[in-house]
Parts: sequence; C-alpha cells; structure tokens
Amino acid sequence: MNFQAIKAIYFNEMARFFRTLMQSFISPVISTSLYFVVFGAAIGSRIDEVEGISYGSFIVPGLIMLSVMTQATTNASFGIYFPKFIGTIYEMLSAPVSFLEITIGYVGAAATKALFIGFVILGTAFAFVDLSIAHPFAMLAFLVLTCLSFSLLGFIIGIWAQNFEQLQLIPLLIITPLVFLGGSFYSISMLPPVWQIITMFNPVVYLISGFRWAFFGTSDVSIVLSLGAITLFTGLCLAVIWWIFRTGWRIRQ
Amino acid sequence: MGIVSVQNLTKSYDGGFTALKGVSLEIEEGEIIALLGPNGAGKTTLISTICGITRPTSGTVTVGGYDIITAYRGARNLVGLVPQEISLEPFEKVINTVRFSRGLFGKGKDDAYLEKLLRQLSLWDKKDSKVMTLSGGMKRRVLIAKALSHEPRVLFLDEPTAGVDVELRKDMWQIVSELKQAGVTIILTTHYIEEAEAIADRIGVINKGEILLIEDKDALMARMGQKHLRIDLTEPLTEVPKSLAKQGLTLATGGHGLIYTFDANAERTGIARILAEVHKAGLQLADLQTQQSSLEDIFVDLVKETA
Ligand SMILES: Nc1ncnc2c1ncn2[C@@H]1O[C@H](COP(=O)(O)OP(=O)(O)OP(=O)(O)O)[C@@H](O)[C@H]1O
Ligand SMILES: [Mg+2]
Repeated sequence: MNFQAIKAIYFNEMARFFRTLMQSFISPVISTSLYFVVFGAAIGSRIDEVEGISYGSFIVPGLIMLSVMTQATTNASFGIYFPKFIGTIYEMLSAPVSFLEITIGYVGAAATKALFIGFVILGTAFAFVDLSIAHPFAMLAFLVLTCLSFSLLGFIIGIWAQNFEQLQLIPLLIITPLVFLGGSFYSISMLPPVWQIITMFNPVVYLISGFRWAFFGTSDVSIVLSLGAITLFTGLCLAVIWWIFRTGWRIRQ
Repeated sequence: MGIVSVQNLTKSYDGGFTALKGVSLEIEEGEIIALLGPNGAGKTTLISTICGITRPTSGTVTVGGYDIITAYRGARNLVGLVPQEISLEPFEKVINTVRFSRGLFGKGKDDAYLEKLLRQLSLWDKKDSKVMTLSGGMKRRVLIAKALSHEPRVLFLDEPTAGVDVELRKDMWQIVSELKQAGVTIILTTHYIEEAEAIADRIGVINKGEILLIEDKDALMARMGQKHLRIDLTEPLTEVPKSLAKQGLTLATGGHGLIYTFDANAERTGIARILAEVHKAGLQLADLQTQQSSLEDIFVDLVKETA
C-alpha cells in the first residue's frame, strides 16, 4: 500500500474543501433552515404528528439523508472528473499507485465532506426542533455508510462522465427524485396502497427508514432490511469500481 | 538490458488506429535520447505507454528491470514525466502541487529537497503563487519540478521546449545537462533538430509508429552526412554548362557559384574530376568550400522515404 499517496490525494481533495469552508458550512445551514421553515413550520402546523413524532423532528433524518447523499455524490464525482477534465490525471496514472489507493483517497475525502455537512445539518436541526437520538451508534453507522456508498457512486459517475452535463445528470435526474420520493418528508404508510408497493423498489426508502429508526426507534421497513439494502448498494458500487480498475474503462486508453 | 527496455511494443487505440507498430528500444542509464518525428508519429504514445498512461496492446516494457504491467510500482517509482500538454490545477499553489506529486509517488516530506529543486528551476520566489498566475514557461517548469519531485532516475520530457522562447530553451538545455550530470537518464521528444543536435547523446527518428533509426548522434551525422561542395566563380552564370550539368552540378542562387553534392564517406568523392571539368569549361574559380549536411537534412530525407 502506498499510504503516502492516499494521504496526498485525500489532503489535496480536502484542501479544496477547506478553501471554500465558509461556503461548505453556510449553504447547508441556510438550506436546512429553509426546509424547517417551509416543511416544519408551514406544513407541520397542519400535520401534527407522524407516527407519534412531531413533524418537524420527523423530517430531520430525511433532510440529513437528502443533503448527505447529494453532497457525497457530487463531491466524489467532481473530485475525479476534474483531473480528467483538466488533464492532471496523467500524474495519477503514471504514479506508483493502485486504483484502490486512488479510490480510497477520493472517496474518503468526499465521504468526509459529506459527513461534515451531515453533522452541520444535525446541529442546525437541534436549533429548530426537540430531538433525541434513540440509537446514536446506529445513527452514526448509517450516516457513515451512506456517505461512503454514495461517494462510491459519485466516483463511478465521475469516471463515467465525459462532460459536465453528464456529471450533473445523475444527481439531478436520479438521486434527488429518489430521495424526495423515498419518504424524506412523509411516512410510507401515508401513501395509497399501490404507491406503497411501488415505493419499495426505491432503494433510498430503506436507507431513510433505517436512519429514521436510529433516531426514533420506529421505521417503515425493518432495520435488517435497511442494513441489507445499504450493504447491497455498497457492494454493487464496489463491484463496478473493481470492474473499472480491471479494464481501465474511461481512464486508461 | 538498458534502464528502459522496450520490446516489440504495439499500441492500437480504441478506434482501431495503430499508433505504434512493434517498437523496440534500449535506453542506457545516464544517456540523453532525443526522439524526432513529425506530428502524429507516435512519440507521445510511446512515452505514455512506457509511463503507464496508456496500456500497451502487445510487447513488453521494463524500467530498471521492473515490468511496467506486472511490477508497475517498481517501474513507476523510477520514472518522472513531463507531459506535452500543460496540465496543472489552476488554483493550487506551486509548492503544494509539487508536494502533492512527491506524496503521490510515495515519498515522505522533504522540504529541503523541494527548495533546492525549485531554486534550480528559478521557481522559488513563485512558490506561494497560484499556478494560474504564472507564465507559460513557468508552468512548464512547474511540470518539470513535479516530475522531479520524487527524485526519479529516468525522466521523460515530451516536447519540453515547444512554444518556449530562445532564452528559456537554453535554460532548459542547461537543466537537462545538469540532470545528466546528476546521473538522470533523459528521453525527450522535440521538433527542433538543433535541439537534438545540441543536447542528445543518441537520436531516434520515429515515423508512423515505427522507429526508423536510433543511433549515436556523432556516428549518425558522420555516417549519413552528405557534403556539399560549393564552387564560387568570378563571373556569374545563367545556366550550368552541359558537361557539368551531366555530373549533377546545380547553380547556386544568384549564379555566382555551382554546387556539387557528394557522399562524404564514399571511396571516390569525384571532386578531382569535377574540378577538372570546371577548368575545361573555362570557368574561373574564386573560392571553394564544403559543408556537411545537418541533421535536419538527414531527418527530412528519412521521413520522406517512409512517407
Ligand atoms: N487517444 C487517442 N485515440 C486515438 N488515436 C490517438 C489517440 N492519441 C493519439 N492518437 C493517434 O496516434 C497517433 C500518434 O499520436 P502521438 O500523439 O503519439 O503523436 P506524436 O508523435 O506525439 O505527435 P506530436 O508531435 O504532434 O505530438 C496519431 O495519429 C494520433 O491521431
Ligand atoms: Mg506528442
């Protein structure tokens, strides 16, 4: 293992994050506050409680998930796409590093950033609503796993993308709708029966449900199923990345 | 086996285009090799393949005895690459981008070495500048600094002096010769023949994915050099007298002289006969001079032959 290289890639990526630390900090705070104003206060005043939890608190896990998933994906995809785009990838390709090390560096940095934003949102949430976390370790584990798996997904997208449109397409076209339709702002049981079934094909449902369980001890689907889903998803991303490494797809001609 | 050994290397790009057609090449430790060749000859492809940026289609390459595929870490540890295109992160500080390169190659922090390197490349006072604020020549030197940041034993320079002014080109030659003194093996590509002539120990000519020749610079010039004999006349001519035209003489521009081209290494150069003919034609000699053809002529001839 070339640990120096992993360190170099990781801190190089983090340096970009630190250069824009205020932005990275302020934008999730503002957007989360807006969600609380719109969903928590405006809508929440009409929907008292969901599954015995005040609506404002109920949406916290979904909110965190929404940001963390999009942040992890966009950070990781941009991180690897950028050197491809400006040509500095040549150095990575000519260095004594394995793709595994490159992945750890980029995905690790993207996941760290997403995790940071997750905590910022959680902190902001405490300012708006009463919140207690039933299973803090499970909460942390879910959060970290989500950051990692969606960073892996973003990494794949960044390698796949051949222009900026493609780079933005997946987060915009797939992740945001899946998260919105994944029960971030409502309980699955509030949907008509047909939609309850359709929703079960949305992988994000399992993540949000599991994450919500970690907060409130109740969930739409069983926690085992949630864990299985995120493990499956992470495994799938790893398999795709492994294949990319083997073939040099879109990286090495 | 040389420090870099290339055997029967072929490279076909995804589109099916074959950019390298069985290239073999041995590079000895400590030498400077200049690769010449027209646009699209395959110079960059050759370097990119040795350095791991593109995958070889077939053939083997070793660096320092390490196979570039099966023992890529060992091979790449020894190699530094300065690419043809300037590609740098624009917002990064010079010192940080050089540190990053060193780390990427698995080397621990060594600020003393990096300071020495940046000073040598006249970049030390720019170390805290963002890359995008540098001039083109400075950026190229940053690329060199990055390539040397991990103290490689083999350095590839892909057109290091393209678009660089005369002074910087001379600086670059100076840097190259200092590196050679330090024992670094250097492979560079160039379109400037005088550059190859000035700094290389050996010269390779590549065209259409094949190495046409690779030879000691001096031997090459001696072996392949043609000489021109210029006969200056006291009275200008409007055309070459028939008896002389038959011998292959041509009129120099302005008509004040005749030019005879001959092979410097041939047993009979034919000079005596030509001079006798000139005398017979009743022409008055003012001066005689011979000139060795330059590498440029050799190069142009070679490439023309394979065109
Ligand atoms: N990525 C690629 N895909 C397909 N063909 C390529 C690719 N890169 C290079 N080629 C082709 O391979 C051939 C050799 O290109 P290469 O860049 O090695 O030439 P070169 O000798 O470095 O030329 P130059 O002096 O212009 O830099 C060219 O015909 C080029 O079009
Ligand atoms: Mg080239």
